[in-house]
Amino acid sequence: MATMSDAPSESFRLSMLLNDKRYRAYTFQFIALLLLIGFFSYLGVNLVRNLQAAGLNISFGFLGDPAGYDINQRLIEYSKDSTHWRASVVGVLNTLLVAVVGCFFATIIGVVVGVLRLSNNWIVSRLMSVYVEIFRNVPVLIWILIIMAIFIAVLPQPRDFRGANAEASMFLDLFAFTGRGFYMPKPYFAAEWAAGATGWLIVIALLILGFIGSRMIAGNATKIQEATGNRPTTWYWTLGIWFGPLIIAFFVMGLSWDVPALKGFNFQGGIYARNSFIALTFALSIYTAAFIAENVRAGILSVSKGQSEAAASLGLRPNRIMNLVILPQALRVIIPPLISHFLNLTKNSSLAIAVGYMDLTGTLGGITLNQTGRAIESVLLLMAFYLTISLSISAIMNVYNKSISLKER
Amino acid sequence: MKKSVLLGTLTVAGLAAGAAAAGTLDDVKARGVLNCGVTTGLVGFAAPDANGEWQGFDVAVCRAVAAAVLGDGNAVEFVPTTGKTRFTALASGEIDMLARNTTWTFSRDVDLKFEFTGVNYYDGQGFMVPADLGVSSALELDGATVCIQTGTTTELNLADYFAANGMSYEPVPIETNAEAQPLYLEGACDVYTTDRSGLLATRAAFENPGDHVVLPEIVSKEPLGPLVRHGDNDWGDIVRWTLNALITAEEVGVTSENLDTIAGETKNAEIKRLLGTEGTLGEMLGLDAEWAKRAIAVGGNYGEIFDANIGPDTAIGAERGYNAQWVDGGLLYSPPFR
Repeated sequence: MATMSDAPSESFRLSMLLNDKRYRAYTFQFIALLLLIGFFSYLGVNLVRNLQAAGLNISFGFLGDPAGYDINQRLIEYSKDSTHWRASVVGVLNTLLVAVVGCFFATIIGVVVGVLRLSNNWIVSRLMSVYVEIFRNVPVLIWILIIMAIFIAVLPQPRDFRGANAEASMFLDLFAFTGRGFYMPKPYFAAEWAAGATGWLIVIALLILGFIGSRMIAGNATKIQEATGNRPTTWYWTLGIWFGPLIIAFFVMGLSWDVPALKGFNFQGGIYARNSFIALTFALSIYTAAFIAENVRAGILSVSKGQSEAAASLGLRPNRIMNLVILPQALRVIIPPLISHFLNLTKNSSLAIAVGYMDLTGTLGGITLNQTGRAIESVLLLMAFYLTISLSISAIMNVYNKSISLKER
Repeated sequence: MKKSVLLGTLTVAGLAAGAAAAGTLDDVKARGVLNCGVTTGLVGFAAPDANGEWQGFDVAVCRAVAAAVLGDGNAVEFVPTTGKTRFTALASGEIDMLARNTTWTFSRDVDLKFEFTGVNYYDGQGFMVPADLGVSSALELDGATVCIQTGTTTELNLADYFAANGMSYEPVPIETNAEAQPLYLEGACDVYTTDRSGLLATRAAFENPGDHVVLPEIVSKEPLGPLVRHGDNDWGDIVRWTLNALITAEEVGVTSENLDTIAGETKNAEIKRLLGTEGTLGEMLGLDAEWAKRAIAVGGNYGEIFDANIGPDTAIGAERGYNAQWVDGGLLYSPPFR
């Protein structure tokens, strides 16, 4: 029986790889890994051999060639003489734009609907259930197409604004809502030294200063409150530090508005939000919002009823109960699935081509792929991009999740 | 693991591409059906009729090849492809040949590794606008919103044309012809541009075709023709010479009606070689002697196919123009059957 106590110091034998519980798990994992590597290298070698047989090779050189096609929505400088790489970057930015705006609206709509669905008002809660069930149970592609079709059919086209007895007219002579999109006045700075990006950088700097300033005022007020018990009135100070410098800056830099006007076939000037962008963003937002609403509802229901009753017995009003007691606890349940809804929205944005929105799938995965025939390379880049974006979103959201999750010590 | 999934996906695509590299003729014979890529629906060129039967100018080429190879013009599986999916479908072996008004260009022929087997329609890119817009020339289109089918040569020609004339435009990329129609009709775009044949076909499907005009400018050369994969020359020869047989048949006066009688009566040696009563042309192709006869029997010669699907008497109303025989001043010129 001495062997029993000696067991840990027993020297390693090959048979222990199978017989010893401590090593067996590693053995099997190692074998599985080898098989996996073997399988994928077999596929990889096959791919390379087949491509060689077909006289094709994998090369990313095409990214440096001129693209030759035009893109309607460009957040950066781009023309048909730019490279395929730049066309891809334009697509990336368009994808990110839809994703960010879509996630923003989806969250707002989702939270409101989720809370309202728990409302004591029968009609409101039923209406919200109808909304959730309709949008959750119809594929998002169909929503995108329906919204685009309604958009184009219902709103007047630019040609309807023409002539003395035009069928449509501009809202306040500033906004034009057409089937091709919305045209809005665009602010710009008339002063020469502030033209372009300089003026906007100044505005951003002033906003940051305003934020810091208002935080300092609030901190000071809290200090006085702690010392004397009375909180001084600060709202006019806060207002002043936010908007005072901004208004002066606008005046000095000569803030002006570029109002859209009908010229030729289309409205020219101003900010142009294309129908494809609006339809896509709107469809993705309300579709994803239906899921988020359910999430929010589940989160709120997860907080036990005793909590809100206890808060009520302390004399808190219903909206303070929501803000101070229920939501902080509900967020712990809401955030993790919210991450995957954000990821879904971003990935669903690749349906953009259905309405002619030029996202990354439309430029790199669409026209570039088609004109160059570099399918494998383009798809590889597409996958890399969506992977990077998705991982970044979940990384950011995980940080936020950590900050609100229950602190265990 | 993520990386390996990625590689795996690519590999599956690569495997599929390699599978159909050689022996298309044998594959088709073994299958008993020709897989032919066509458009998703363009009246006159390829669209299902009221009975669900595919009809059209490009469809006729598929049927002729099927008749030549398999002896039955109906032994065709029509695979609808978009401007974007067509080349992948052909390269991966999903289809045996593509007859989808596809422009023969250098890079498609050389870089994409395809083999164009001839031209069945000489076309050029044009513009269509609503008549009440009052536009009479493409040079007046500065600032217009233009609907384009994405993934086509049209897209590049359009960019070149507007840049060359110093005009700006707003491109609206559309996946298929069917999606472009409502956008254009609702006025979401001012102009629809594609090959002129496509414009005529699209206009024919409108409720009031007369309300739309096709502008006179032709901004590009668009020789449209069937194509096959690079590397299987025997199969490429069959498709090429089936098309040439249809063209030659019109040139020498062989029609689907006189097909049975003319072979015996004629003294023209080329007709005899074409119809297999003299020489061994069919054998050289790996087919039987009557291959061309069957191909012509399905839909008639080139002229008959043209008239039945897109000619002046149809809704499309296309004139022969460049697509007349060379003896009539057109560009159709088949190499001799000898």
